[in-house]
Amino acid sequence: MNVASRSARPASRRLDLAAGRVDLTHGAGGRAMQQLIEEIFRPALDNPFLARGDDQAAFDVSAGRMVMSTDSFVVSPLFFPGGDIGSLAVHGTVNDVAMSGARPLYLSAGFVIEEGFPLAELARIARSMGEAARAAGVAVVTGDTKVVERGKADRLFVNTAGIGVVPAGVEISGDRARPGDAILLSGSMGDHGVAIMAHRAGLEFETTIVSDSAALNGLVADMVAVMTDIHVLRDPTRGGLAATFNEICHQSNVGMRLDEAAIPVKPEVLGACELLGLDPLNVANEGKLIAIVPAEDAARLLAVMRAHPLGRDATVIGEVVADPARFVRMATRIGGERIVDWLAGEQLPRIC
Amino acid sequence: MKHLDEYRDAEMARRLAAAIAREARTDRRYRLMEFCGGHTHAIFRYGIEDLLPSNIEMVHGPGCPVCVLPTGRLDMAIRLARREDVILASYGDMLRVPGSKGQSLLKAKADGADIRMVYSTLDAVKLAEANPGREVIFFAIGFETTTPPTALAIEAAARKGLTNFTVFCNHVLTPSAIAAILEAPAIRELEAVEIDGFLGPAHVSVVIGSQPYEFFAEEYRKPVAISGFEPIDIMQSILMLVRQLNEGRAEVENQYIRAVTRDGNLRAKEAVSRVFELRRDFEWRGLGHIPYSALRLKDEFAAFDAERRFDEPYIPTEGIKACECPAILRGAKKPTDCRLFGRACTPETPLGSCMVSSEGACAAYYTYGRMREAAQ
Amino acid sequence: MCHALPVKIIALTGPDTAKVSLGGIVKEVSVALIDDPRPGDYVVLHVGYALAKIDEAEAERTLALLAAEGSDAISEFSAAAEAAEAPP
Repeated sequence: MNVASRSARPASRRLDLAAGRVDLTHGAGGRAMQQLIEEIFRPALDNPFLARGDDQAAFDVSAGRMVMSTDSFVVSPLFFPGGDIGSLAVHGTVNDVAMSGARPLYLSAGFVIEEGFPLAELARIARSMGEAARAAGVAVVTGDTKVVERGKADRLFVNTAGIGVVPAGVEISGDRARPGDAILLSGSMGDHGVAIMAHRAGLEFETTIVSDSAALNGLVADMVAVMTDIHVLRDPTRGGLAATFNEICHQSNVGMRLDEAAIPVKPEVLGACELLGLDPLNVANEGKLIAIVPAEDAARLLAVMRAHPLGRDATVIGEVVADPARFVRMATRIGGERIVDWLAGEQLPRIC
Repeated sequence: MKHLDEYRDAEMARRLAAAIAREARTDRRYRLMEFCGGHTHAIFRYGIEDLLPSNIEMVHGPGCPVCVLPTGRLDMAIRLARREDVILASYGDMLRVPGSKGQSLLKAKADGADIRMVYSTLDAVKLAEANPGREVIFFAIGFETTTPPTALAIEAAARKGLTNFTVFCNHVLTPSAIAAILEAPAIRELEAVEIDGFLGPAHVSVVIGSQPYEFFAEEYRKPVAISGFEPIDIMQSILMLVRQLNEGRAEVENQYIRAVTRDGNLRAKEAVSRVFELRRDFEWRGLGHIPYSALRLKDEFAAFDAERRFDEPYIPTEGIKACECPAILRGAKKPTDCRLFGRACTPETPLGSCMVSSEGACAAYYTYGRMREAAQ
Repeated sequence: MCHALPVKIIALTGPDTAKVSLGGIVKEVSVALIDDPRPGDYVVLHVGYALAKIDEAEAERTLALLAAEGSDAISEFSAAAEAAEAPP
């Protein structure tokens, strides 16, 4: 980001945040784009790195292993109960970094904005990102903005990348699940995906289903502080718990045995899933994690999780087993058995 | 959730399993067909067979409207959807079913055909109202449960004077399918399927009542238990059938008494008889040609009949040679008897309708139960 | 056959329409196929239409029959009935 000369800009040309819209000049790298950065992004994201106005952010790194992750966010609608694309973009990448056990430090944020996008919404999203970042203890230190013609982007796409530092002795990875390990879940399944899909399907709520979008790095820090030998951490986002567990089974070459009755699902989420013909295990979450640990450490870890606001409903939901076929098996509510499979293609609601 | 959670109770399931195990005689087998795809889905999703003794075998029936629709009819729908001025409205279930030449509605949509998924026939009527310059065709499928909604939509369109709304009607009838399964192989040229009793469909019966099944029980001496959808309903119905067979009875029993009566829903039946009449003949995937087994629009509703407005021929096609959907739909084979199952044919790459419909036996088995095959 | 759910009518919204609830999720559906629908009634919902009322008394009867399964009373009753019918 280049610093434009402040004295050359007349005060009357401030952005009309109430009624103005993004146009192609805002992405052209000139004065208009500078305005966008100075009047919307910089105040909202507010940190010394951005204030310098360089194209990059420079910082010292502590000793130890570093972790980096990136994610792009294309959620529609942009605003939903419990968050928006801005807070989601921060939480998503903070969580991806945190799932390695690392402490997230810095994020970048790239915006691809469709011509005509209301400035008021952009400002709202930027503020939401700033709040989410501050609450998570991270800073958005560098970014980029592009504007494309009408119809070339579905309103707004956001990419965030993040880096963090892994504490010494921590080796958390999807290939470390071992037969006999306990599987822990931090809370209820399906909240985020159902909040979005129910909204889109035009369902109303007596009790609004709220996305669980949240930064999990605080919870992870507490967990890692009490035990360094956590084998696997992952947040079940797109594809839900089913995708996450199948991925881990494949990476670690193991199977799993889950207990359906132990997996918490809110009644409203169950109701919406029934109406839409969805399985909560296939639905995205944005503020939950699973942990796989040696069985003897489960009780200790559970206590720490439950002491944290984002882990109050934490519970053991199953165990890792030896299985060359790498199935995720589940004891059903009524005592039978089924497998929990990856979802085939996009979820088309079951009607008939 | 009331009227739902009670029928998913673990303790109740345990006690029913014990009762079934106690009462199933060890000197015989019990081959019970669950007609309805929804029951097949529930059986696998809850693992109900794990709670049954090994001499009770569930045979999966053809009660899956997506599965029994012949490929030629789906091809017609795809051709209709590809027309310039057409918006094809369809339930989600049909979108991924493979038609001929690797086509499907979803692929046609990606190619530019205007295909919209709807939850209800009312949405299709609204589409027609909102797009007066376009032809809206509703792709109607389903057994008797789904037919009354189509009838009401056609009457609503008539009342509103819509001239751009038609229905491509593929509604089929349950008793015809049951008869086809039971009829002597000599007539049907299909191998005999040994079935001792039937779990009757829950929601078809809400509409048609329990009375239509009495013929089968009497004529063929096969007990029927009309069963609710939930796992406890299914287990209670299995227990009822076991008792009937032990006692040499062949009656129609209604387990789903909270929603099914002997006469069914008169309003629904009347709506259907106002709008539809029987087709002389209809081809079913897996069951061949069955007379008086399907519905078409009556002459007074000809203006709403897509087959009369649009000139699309029905070209019967054979499925992929190795595909065993036809035998699976009759209950003559199991999904694991099909060479393609789990290899070339999976939910991601379905070759037959039994795999793509979530109520098809192959899809249910693959998604929830294929670890059993691996264990053998 | 066919995916259908028990939902509760919470309000009538027109001559043929009603708002129904399942676990706190509300949807507007058609009740054109129901005789005398009322708030508080449970109905079976399929593709946007209520197909029948759920009969509360019959539901109670079903649960009572289920509760009796596997209880000692039933098996004693059956044993006694068999003994009474056994040929001399």
